[in-house]
Amino acid sequence: MSSTDRMPRLLALVPYLLARPGIRIEDAARDFGVTPKQLRRDLELLWMCGLPGYGPGDLIDLSFEGETVTVTFDAGMNRPLRLTGGEATALLVALRALAETPGLLDTDAVRRAIAKIESAAGQAQPSGVVVGLPVREGEATARTRGVVQQALQARRALRIRYYTASRDEITERTVDPMRLLIVQAVGYLEAWCRRAEDVRLFRLDRIDDVRVLDEPAAPPPSALPTDISDGVFSPAPDQEIAELVLDPDARWVAEYYPVEEETELPDGRLRVRMRYGDESWMTRLVLSLGGDARVENPAHLAEAVRQRAADALARVRHLPSTLSQ
Amino acid sequence: MSTARAERLVNLVLALLSTRQYLTADRIRGIVPGYADASSDDAFSRMFERDKTELRELGIPLEIGRNSVFDTSDGYRIARRDYELGEIELAPDEAAAVGLAVRLWDSPELTGQAQGALVKLRAAGVEVDHNAAPVVESRVRTEPAFSPLLAAVQSRQAVRFDYRRAGSAERLTRTLEPWGVVSWRARWYVVGHDRDRNATRCFRLSRISGEVKPVGRPGEVERPDNVNLLEFVAGSSKSEASPVATARLWLADGRAAGIRRRARLTGRLTVDGVEGDLAEIELYYPESAADWIAGHGPDALVLEPEVLAKSVAERLTAVARQEARK
Repeated sequence: MSSTDRMPRLLALVPYLLARPGIRIEDAARDFGVTPKQLRRDLELLWMCGLPGYGPGDLIDLSFEGETVTVTFDAGMNRPLRLTGGEATALLVALRALAETPGLLDTDAVRRAIAKIESAAGQAQPSGVVVGLPVREGEATARTRGVVQQALQARRALRIRYYTASRDEITERTVDPMRLLIVQAVGYLEAWCRRAEDVRLFRLDRIDDVRVLDEPAAPPPSALPTDISDGVFSPAPDQEIAELVLDPDARWVAEYYPVEEETELPDGRLRVRMRYGDESWMTRLVLSLGGDARVENPAHLAEAVRQRAADALARVRHLPSTLSQ
Repeated sequence: MSTARAERLVNLVLALLSTRQYLTADRIRGIVPGYADASSDDAFSRMFERDKTELRELGIPLEIGRNSVFDTSDGYRIARRDYELGEIELAPDEAAAVGLAVRLWDSPELTGQAQGALVKLRAAGVEVDHNAAPVVESRVRTEPAFSPLLAAVQSRQAVRFDYRRAGSAERLTRTLEPWGVVSWRARWYVVGHDRDRNATRCFRLSRISGEVKPVGRPGEVERPDNVNLLEFVAGSSKSEASPVATARLWLADGRAAGIRRRARLTGRLTVDGVEGDLAEIELYYPESAADWIAGHGPDALVLEPEVLAKSVAERLTAVARQEARK
């Protein structure tokens, strides 16, 4: 917490402690996200504050016992400050998004929480934000999600048939489920993959078949949750970089995939730098853009793309004409 | 913030909360410790102005008024009912939802705001366990335009921004009376009355470039009651489609797994010495199907319909020609 956050904390501390007589200073510090040392400094400051008159009976009074603290006089600061419009919006919109997310958690509890916070927040209630379906999923994916959730609840391993788009291949894997993630409206299963011997994110809409196994899910202790604070694509620094020039019709690529640099060019074209792990994936992407994207670098990628297009055109000529009537 | 200033501000809040009378600046200077340090009237006034701004930024409702018609200057007080958060008790499952909601935002600004709300809820006695690792996690990203647009919606003020349409580099300045910010399938939109088009329009936040500037006065925008913002956005995005045609393809053995998972295999065929399967797939959006098939190059060839075969060939020809020109 930076120093600018000190005032909100100072105003919240007394009511917080009033609600928890005899709380350990360490526990309070953790709730406020500060060190116990900082929390003690805050308490020392509050101890010097009070009501006009500022005599012994007017100042906020705290009693310390061992590692614990109790408020004995609150000087009238017994309730937290109401939520600001921004705070109420950030929290309530997030709760509404959760309530709309299928299968995330007990949506009834979320709705009850929303109603209570709205009523406590009073006039700070937000307006003007509507949250619709935060997940893009078809019927088949919804079914997959159901099975995955079942396995998570029962802590069972799963057998999945999975399509890896980057390598354009389908594999069978046994995985130990860890979490269900929803990032940018796409659902993922995070699991320990026994085949890769590592934690993997599996897009739910690419799981073609899923079966709950009798054996328990047992991710090893080394299986740590993926840091998704920067999204689910985490380009590795050792990956190759493609330099592409996108025509206006292909500009969506820069919105859809993470790109490192964008340079506007004349006629609405865009030059982007994009990391890729698998050349066959990048080749498929450029081919699918059908001339609306040009590879400037690396040369071997440009050559691979050109070669694939030429091979395809050559092979089409060998198709038996009787079949293509 | 210095300790001395933090102490002065806490004392100021306590003094203004405890008074029913409006306290003038002079009176505050006399009673609240810390202001005595001001070396001159000017220094005090600057100090007090800064403190009032700080309190307002914290969301503290300062009431300004006079105790009687004989008073010569304004005074200040804080009404307890406006200051205090209402009573709230959350059941454990409700508190768990709050804990998850605070982690939902993928934006430092909104995460900070949600954390601020959490601090106050905790101070109201709500217990939110931060060690509970949920089995589900969700992240929602917002766009830079989100906050200024939301502020404009809430203050009912028109805005102006530069907007780029899909697939185009051209930026047009739009003037909008915003009615609401809408999230639909993890994408953010703003809906409102477009003054330039004189019609209801929806804009995707990720295509807004540069600053969102308020224009006109707050309170000017009239939001119609009968408009369903979500339906307006959802209606303008594609819903689940039904197939429009069936395509017959040839797929090389062991290749084009992405197409195979959507295909029905119907037979075998060798093309130019390469063995493969005959397959059928349902076409939903023929144009994007052509992109997708072209991506597989020589591993996936179209037998029919003719129009799809031609679209794929056009794409491949464009690629082959373009690269050869270099």
